[in-house]
Amino acid sequence: MDTNGVAGLGLLGDPSRRAIFELLARRPCTVGELAQALPITRSAVSQHLRVLKDGGLVVSKAEGTRRIYRLNPDGVTALRAYLDRIWAEALTGFAKAAQAAPLDPEPED
Amino acid sequence: MNSAATIPPLTGTITVDVPVERAFRVFTDSFGSWWPAEYHIGQADMATAILEPHAGGRWYEQGVDGSECDWGRVLAWEPPHRLVVTWQINGQWQSDPDPSHASEIEVRFSADGPDQTTVELEHRLLDRLVDGQALRDGITGGGGWPSLLELFAKTATNQA
Repeated sequence: MDTNGVAGLGLLGDPSRRAIFELLARRPCTVGELAQALPITRSAVSQHLRVLKDGGLVVSKAEGTRRIYRLNPDGVTALRAYLDRIWAEALTGFAKAAQAAPLDPEPED
Repeated sequence: MNSAATIPPLTGTITVDVPVERAFRVFTDSFGSWWPAEYHIGQADMATAILEPHAGGRWYEQGVDGSECDWGRVLAWEPPHRLVVTWQINGQWQSDPDPSHASEIEVRFSADGPDQTTVELEHRLLDRLVDGQALRDGITGGGGWPSLLELFAKTATNQA
């Protein structure tokens, strides 16, 4: 199925990345805090954070010995990615429905 | 400062193996059957969502308790090729009836052949969402999508 042009799909298409993103929408967190809140390891959290950072959705800052992650304050990027994700899901749902719809003939009258 | 359109529109494209008439019909008549139910704004769980088939028609969700929440209005109804609706959901994730805060979604259906249709979607005028949000004071707690919209609106407003 062709979903070209739906930017952000790759970034938030993964359920763990989406969960991390939503946790960071509530408040900034460390890797350890995210790992505690999610059923994945610290190293998996770190990998997902790297992808989100590379995609411009998340930024990080060192505070003492801790590194705090938060959503990129350029919220435009974050919002667009999130809405993109919704539309990608919606269009995928639509395509499934369209292709499953019965081949009802046009009324002949 | 006037609000020039600064936020690029969102676009999405998908190709389906059905005639253009059916693609349009499923998109509109059966909207509630394929829209991801987790994306809704009512207090009650969403039972269905309805797109009324005419210009000026309502676009709204129905909750399992019978309640209704408006999402927007149909601006252009041109079966089977084009549909434009407003998105009147604000940063608090609530219905916002003020048309000046409405972003727009245009959906175009093009026949690639007798049994294939390309559907292109554009969500535009996202700046209006920001303008609407700028009227609000403060950022409240919450989580997930609403918080994100608030964050977005606050940031974009600060940058204006």
